[in-house]
Amino acid sequence: MSTIFANIARGVRNRRNGAAWGDVSFEVGSGIVAVGILALIAVIGAILLLGSTDSIRAFGPGFLADTIWNPQPPERYGALTFIYGTLVTSALALLIGVPVSLGIAIFLSELAPDWLRVPLSFMVELLAAVPSVVYGLWGIFVLVPVMRDHVEPSLQAVFGFLPLFEGSPLGIDKLTAGVILAIMIIPTISAVSREALLAVPQNQREAALSVGATKWETTRIAVLTYARSGIFGAVVLGLGRAVGETMAVTMTIGNRNVMTVSLLDQGQTIASWIANNFTEAGPLEASALIELGLVLLLLAFAINVFARLMVARVLRIEEAVA
Amino acid sequence: MKVRFDRDVRRRWKSHAISVAALACVILALIPLASILVEAMIRGLGAVSPSFFVETQPAPCNPQVSAVCEQGGIANAIQGTLILVGIAAGISLPAGILTGIYVSEYGNNRIGRSVRFFTDIMTEIPSIVVGIFVYALLLELASLGWLDRRLVFSALSGSLALATIMVPIVARTSEEALKLVPTSTREAALALGIPKYRVTLRVVLSSARSGLITGGLLAVARASGETAPLIMTAFGNPFGFQGLTQPAEALPRIIFYYGISPFPNWQQLAWGAALVLVFIMLAISVVARLALRSRVARRGVVA
Repeated sequence: MSTIFANIARGVRNRRNGAAWGDVSFEVGSGIVAVGILALIAVIGAILLLGSTDSIRAFGPGFLADTIWNPQPPERYGALTFIYGTLVTSALALLIGVPVSLGIAIFLSELAPDWLRVPLSFMVELLAAVPSVVYGLWGIFVLVPVMRDHVEPSLQAVFGFLPLFEGSPLGIDKLTAGVILAIMIIPTISAVSREALLAVPQNQREAALSVGATKWETTRIAVLTYARSGIFGAVVLGLGRAVGETMAVTMTIGNRNVMTVSLLDQGQTIASWIANNFTEAGPLEASALIELGLVLLLLAFAINVFARLMVARVLRIEEAVA
Repeated sequence: MKVRFDRDVRRRWKSHAISVAALACVILALIPLASILVEAMIRGLGAVSPSFFVETQPAPCNPQVSAVCEQGGIANAIQGTLILVGIAAGISLPAGILTGIYVSEYGNNRIGRSVRFFTDIMTEIPSIVVGIFVYALLLELASLGWLDRRLVFSALSGSLALATIMVPIVARTSEEALKLVPTSTREAALALGIPKYRVTLRVVLSSARSGLITGGLLAVARASGETAPLIMTAFGNPFGFQGLTQPAEALPRIIFYYGISPFPNWQQLAWGAALVLVFIMLAISVVARLALRSRVARRGVVA
């Protein structure tokens, strides 16, 4: 803020020195819009806080640890089931998505012939252009049958003794939601990690190759080690995407408020529960849903600030080198 | 000597194996993309006919009960999306571009850097949170008596939600586009004695035109595909547009609504709408990529 006033003051001084009044008003005007956009994120937080006042007053911090969501009087609402669902599906998405994304990033930055790099990375990025709801539709009609008839029975055949794969494979469950999320975060993680790998100075690779390292050893020792904080940032950025993803998950997770270990059981995430319930909620329930939104905002905000700081450090190094 | 030779062979084979695995990852990631395109073609093309673009929601139909099913169309959704995204663009493009101008031309200070950082963060706010924000905001204003409660579920509230999603995208892409204009261009204009704001508006903006248009297109694409924030704002409307204060339909929302329904004629429409939407999205992505090519695209502001 003080900078704005300093700018105005400087502008006024400049005007006395003969500078155009238009300059000052344009700078201040665009500055006000910019600061307005900056303030928007705070406004979003404040409105969600205001909207969830009733719920916060009624349930306090216990909201986060309660598994009951009961709109019949006496009303009682808790978020734990949904937080659990969000964490499980996001963890699954990372478990599946991160290795694949790293493979893609390594291939595109270290291994692919030059003429293949641009078209291939463009095609992977196209995955990000497909709207979430189309992933959901594809999930219902294409992925769910595949999961139900092939993937889940074979997983059970091998790992059936684990509580993670108990129950009958329906296809509409946390595992399928996790797989869809993985597909959706692959373009983010692979694109940002590829940036991080490309930012590694060429002499790192040359040094490793010159002492007789193979291509993979070079990549592992000289490239991946060097780029690890950027890759970590990319993974966290992917996590941020997965946590907030709504439609594709809503359409494939089965929407049941249960908290079970088995990945073949249905579940509910914060986002899917908000999407499912909003239109028919009473006043206190709506307030509780808004509080869920606040939880999601804080989660996404924290994850993304962290990721940006990690990624920014890498890109600064890149700029310094270039 | 022999031992060492074996180890070298193993190392080389390991390196090859991992290269193959990395290629497999690329192919694995492209399978869903190919599958989505193919399925949308197969299942969606059957729905596309002239009436598909002019009719609205058909009566839900169970083929086992009734002999003839109404086919219907998605005119209400296309119309709704055009209106919602149009209004949202009208709000977000000027605001976003002005923000981009500030950050790129005047933002070499703490304000500029924080605006850039937080617009970056804002592009990653889950879209459903934006929906709840607009819902809670309008509800709060309505309880203060400042506006009609019915506005909570209306075309206007839907546009507001989409505009909130678009603004940070426009701001970031236009900042990147403006930064690509060489400093020498600005200096040449300034040297002629033109005031800085006119240099910015006339010279810098027009040099960055294609980048600005691309950024706007990307934001429009993103907004056209959003479903979650519309569930609690625009709400949906099976009849077609009935005014800005009434609920409105949108393409992605009917894909959701029809897609989870048990009626084959609705599901068919969902796939038809998905085909239309995916086609628009891919077209915009390809155009944007061709227009940007170099740095802006590589930075992946939106991707």
